[in-house]
Amino acid sequence: MTRIGNTNKMTAAPAQNLEWKLPSHRKVAVITLILTETALFSIFLVAYLFYMGKSLNQPYPSEILHFPVLATIALLSSSVTIVFSEMALHRGNKPMFYLWWAITIALGSYFLWFTAVEWHHLIFKENFTLATNVFGTTFYSLVGLHASHVIIGLILLSLVFVLGLLGKVGPEHAEHIEMISWYWHFVDAIWIVVATVVYIISIRY
Amino acid sequence: MNSESVDENYELPPPQKIGEERGSLTRIIQELVFTVDHKKLGMMYIGSGLLFFVVAGIMAVFIRIQLAVPRNHFVEPEVYNRLFTMHGTVMVFLVGMPMIFGFANYLVPLMIGARDMAFPRLNAFGFWVFFFSGLLLFFSYFGAPGLYAAGSAPDVGWFAYSPLTAKAFSRGHSTDYWTLSILLGGIGSIATSLNIIVTIFCMRCKGMILGRMPLFVWIFLVVAFLVIIALPPLSACQIMLILDRYFGAKFFDTQAGGSAVLWQHFFWIFGHPEVYILMVPGFGIASEVIPVFSRKPIFGYPVMVAATVMIGFISLGVWAHHMFSIGMTSIGNTFFAISTLLVAIPTGIKIFNWIGTMYGGKLRFELPMLFCLAFLFQFLIAGLTGVMLAIAPFDWQLTDSYFVVAHFHYVLIGGLLYTLFAGIYYWYPKALGKMPNFKLGLWHFILFTIGFQMTFVPQHFSGFLGMPRRIYTYDAGRGWELWNMISSIGVIFQIAGVLFFVVNLIYSYVKGKKAGDDPWDAWTLEWATTSPPPHYNFETLPEIRSRRPLWDLKHPDDPDWKYE
Repeated sequence: MTRIGNTNKMTAAPAQNLEWKLPSHRKVAVITLILTETALFSIFLVAYLFYMGKSLNQPYPSEILHFPVLATIALLSSSVTIVFSEMALHRGNKPMFYLWWAITIALGSYFLWFTAVEWHHLIFKENFTLATNVFGTTFYSLVGLHASHVIIGLILLSLVFVLGLLGKVGPEHAEHIEMISWYWHFVDAIWIVVATVVYIISIRY
Repeated sequence: MNSESVDENYELPPPQKIGEERGSLTRIIQELVFTVDHKKLGMMYIGSGLLFFVVAGIMAVFIRIQLAVPRNHFVEPEVYNRLFTMHGTVMVFLVGMPMIFGFANYLVPLMIGARDMAFPRLNAFGFWVFFFSGLLLFFSYFGAPGLYAAGSAPDVGWFAYSPLTAKAFSRGHSTDYWTLSILLGGIGSIATSLNIIVTIFCMRCKGMILGRMPLFVWIFLVVAFLVIIALPPLSACQIMLILDRYFGAKFFDTQAGGSAVLWQHFFWIFGHPEVYILMVPGFGIASEVIPVFSRKPIFGYPVMVAATVMIGFISLGVWAHHMFSIGMTSIGNTFFAISTLLVAIPTGIKIFNWIGTMYGGKLRFELPMLFCLAFLFQFLIAGLTGVMLAIAPFDWQLTDSYFVVAHFHYVLIGGLLYTLFAGIYYWYPKALGKMPNFKLGLWHFILFTIGFQMTFVPQHFSGFLGMPRRIYTYDAGRGWELWNMISSIGVIFQIAGVLFFVVNLIYSYVKGKKAGDDPWDAWTLEWATTSPPPHYNFETLPEIRSRRPLWDLKHPDDPDWKYE
């Protein structure tokens, strides 16, 4: 018997001339990553929803939470600017790519800065920590989980920016950059859910 | 990576300096640590899985000695708690998971005609993270007493119900080792599963559309998705537990409005799909072995695929059947009872199709087939007791009794372990190039089957008679003595069986007769290359036209693709 591996001539299988296209490694990997991250977030979201109104002591969400309007606008618009950046790269317009990319980083950083200020206020002015009550536990773990994803996203964005300044990013990296932007969109989309649950729904309690 | 890109004038790189002589210890260690080859990593997964299997098996032996007679004091009660906790944790996370990932690693690229996994370095990362998570768990024996001198290994049960894991009830560091080890292992499992999914979607050889993939590959696609969805809840549980234990969080602190039941929900959202993550790969092995040894293509391939996907879906919505006794609403009980009963349908379809494959076939009773046949019977019993336990009022009577212990050991030993044995015997010639010895294997089969039945059939009865699981000892006169004694005697036969198995693995490697490329006259692509396969798997990547490419090659007059 001939080995398929050695001959590549399968007498039993005449040439099919079929076009053989397989999906991109990176895309499937990032979609899978996003799927698994979604599962992780949903558990912390469920924990938050489950413990809504179950705190035995103050403070309650209605007393200390305020919807972060500017931060939300900043994060959501960064999803738009990153698309502008990608489009600039597709056109081969490098300066515009870096400009929009820098704006994206700035908007993301503003969001993170806002979270830092909010947490500083809550911890030092309101004496509200992870250990205060179940609201504190679920609030910090859920918002913190999201913030940690913003940090990872910002590290990736900055990495591209620095490598770009060193002249190592070109149109051949379009797919790498697209993947980072997918991840960034995911971080934004999760924020819509987190912000709705934390700052809109739970504010009634 | 297609055939055209192979450079004919490629020269081998100069030999490496460290440990130059082949076979020296440094060289071997260097190869193991540096390798990103899917076959070596697969063997390392299976090897370390077998190692942990023996360790956790010895723990089970201690448990059975302790329970053999009433009022026994073979081990201390504290040690006994550690034994059953470590036995469960090790068997699930350090034996089951690496064994199935080992099979996936070794076989998926070969079966889809690829040269390696999609991300070889991620693959090595996944293995080492798993391996060190195992070492971390066992290090608890030395590290956990710490300054508190309280407890060594974890002793909170393998599902570590809250509030037993709270700082107040679990002093020392044993629970920390447990939780960190599982968090780490979860990261490795997710990385490996992501790799499997990308490999299957993006690396298939020419002509291998999804509908022509071997069932084994299909099953691992479903399993990898289950891992991707079900492991994050487990990681989330561990993060919450660490926050509770070290940062004063209140997730499971009932005094501060937290809920101990939430841990159960989150754990079993992982825990039930985990059962299928472990068991469904066994179906994959059976779906490869049974057709080859019945000399017939698998009966109802599309239905088998659909049943696998269906099992995957349903398994995500049945978790609370582990929790009927906590007092859910009747709607909750009804929902989870019905969804659990639904699992029986796709599983029944599978058993029917395996029997359909054998029906009218020319059966060859080689070692892999023997284990698969026993698997069919034993898994059927496991399924029937599973259906019994799915009925909430019945479960109220028997939950946390030895009936449950018997049920899941029938699943995991009678189902999973038997197919793993079948798989090891089936692919042993491919991986090592030597045939496994039939006589030794037959002794392994006979002794292990007798031992398995002797150990676990009586546990159904002691469960019916009210013996709770995890008890340290029991009084005479409750009717449990005989069943426990038989159960413990059965262990001797199991040990003998495993000894034959280990001896067979070593003996056949040294003395076994050469296997050749395709000793079983099989049909999937892994048999198209040499045994053992070269590190690049295939000189030129194959091209296929049907589900059984090697059948087409051997029977050019009557190829499969004419009918598909």
